[in-house]
Amino acid sequence: MSYLHNIGQYFLMIKAMFRKPTKWSVMRHLIFKDIDDLIINSLGIVAFIAFFVGGVVTIQTALNMTSPLIPKTLVGFATRQSVILEFAPTFISIIMAGKVGSFITSSIGTMRVTEQIDALEVMGINAINYLVFPKFVALMLYPFLISIAMFLGILGGLAASVIGGFVSLDDYIAGIQLDFIPFHVAYAFIKTFVFAFLLATIPSYYGYYMKGGALEVGKASTTSFVWTSVAIILLNYILTQMLLS
Amino acid sequence: MIEVNDIHKSFGDSKILKGISTTFEKGKTNLVIGQSGSGKTVFLKTLLGLFEPDQGSIIYDGTDYSDLTPDEKSDLRSKMGMVFQGSALFDSMTIAENVKFPLRMFTKQSKSEMNDRVDLVLKRVNLDDAHNKLPSEASGGMQKRVAIARAIVNQPRFLFCDEPNSGLDPRTATVIDNLIQEITHEYDITTIINTHDMNSVMEIGQKIIFLKNGIKEWEGSNKNIFKTDNEAVTDFVYSSDLFKRVQKMYLEEDM
Repeated sequence: MSYLHNIGQYFLMIKAMFRKPTKWSVMRHLIFKDIDDLIINSLGIVAFIAFFVGGVVTIQTALNMTSPLIPKTLVGFATRQSVILEFAPTFISIIMAGKVGSFITSSIGTMRVTEQIDALEVMGINAINYLVFPKFVALMLYPFLISIAMFLGILGGLAASVIGGFVSLDDYIAGIQLDFIPFHVAYAFIKTFVFAFLLATIPSYYGYYMKGGALEVGKASTTSFVWTSVAIILLNYILTQMLLS
Repeated sequence: MIEVNDIHKSFGDSKILKGISTTFEKGKTNLVIGQSGSGKTVFLKTLLGLFEPDQGSIIYDGTDYSDLTPDEKSDLRSKMGMVFQGSALFDSMTIAENVKFPLRMFTKQSKSEMNDRVDLVLKRVNLDDAHNKLPSEASGGMQKRVAIARAIVNQPRFLFCDEPNSGLDPRTATVIDNLIQEITHEYDITTIINTHDMNSVMEIGQKIIFLKNGIKEWEGSNKNIFKTDNEAVTDFVYSSDLFKRVQKMYLEEDM
């Protein structure tokens, strides 16, 4: 029953997010602040992880293709496919569920604990719109982050293959251009938008409706990470089934 | 003026408010007192519109809250100022930004008009040089004064304070009590203060209601609270030795 209650309350929160909007002059500042907190401040970690995981994907692929019958261009091809289709949109999103998600839950949860949300409600402000909507708008720039992850993942693969001597530069470049299907990029960005929505709303839900004190803020952050990850993995499966099969 | 008529509020099986009726007059400091768990906070949050009563009505200056649409309720709430027990200042904003916040949200004033109003209100609460401090850099007493400034900046019709001097030393608590009383008279607003601080009762309790187990047990003023023979009130009031001595003094005066 509590699962159903939570799901119902989550959808009511989403409805409330679009009701009684905050004054634009105030909202504009909140959106820019959240773009800075959620997108710009994540650039470093996303770039670092994407570059090195791209390199590891290349090394693993190269090391496991021992047959001389398999063309070397396949290393670049496999890296590109892995990075664009799954690594950048899905696994970066799981990482972001930890980084951005726990930030959102703890910041909104702390506002709940210290009665700052009550203060907003007493003033007659739609606190859900004030707190959640700017995060939703900011995370609509999330595909920009994923584009960087895609680029750096493939670049990391190139660096690993050339520095490690697994594949030549020409073979890698030929591989990443091999059988390119533009819809795969569209598929990746469709997923990214859906995950951005989940990243903005699920952690906000757990922060907004939390009860208790400082200890519960920590628990809410953990719960929000778990459920955001579960939702991302499930929707990844459903979207892949719908769009690619 | 706020008229409360027979309000009830339950959470699950537990009945918190069991039919409270009273009137809070404009221009007076109205105090709600009672022991912890007596229903004071739920009562205050119900008056603020944060909880809907299960039964009964609350009438704000002639307007029944239950007759209003959600947007009208929000509009009415924007006429209310609230001082929370923990101040509830927005920790990402400076003190001046905290005070300016209601003006930015609800008025069309220019930047300079807003800044002038913030200066005036901060001066009123004796914080003219704290504009750029963050709430975390302010003392408890300062935070309470900022919360009062934020509550009155948009000229509310109703001011609610939840234990405004809890955690403050007696001297600062008196300063806060006097400030609230002065503002109530100056702005001619309806002020309701939740407290269990007997110093506040003595200092500013122009009207007092005493709650026990969700029921209004007694109603009066600081003039007659020490003379009542209501057992629940006397138990509460004279729970400290200091006030037993005060009672003795009052009785001696009467003789």
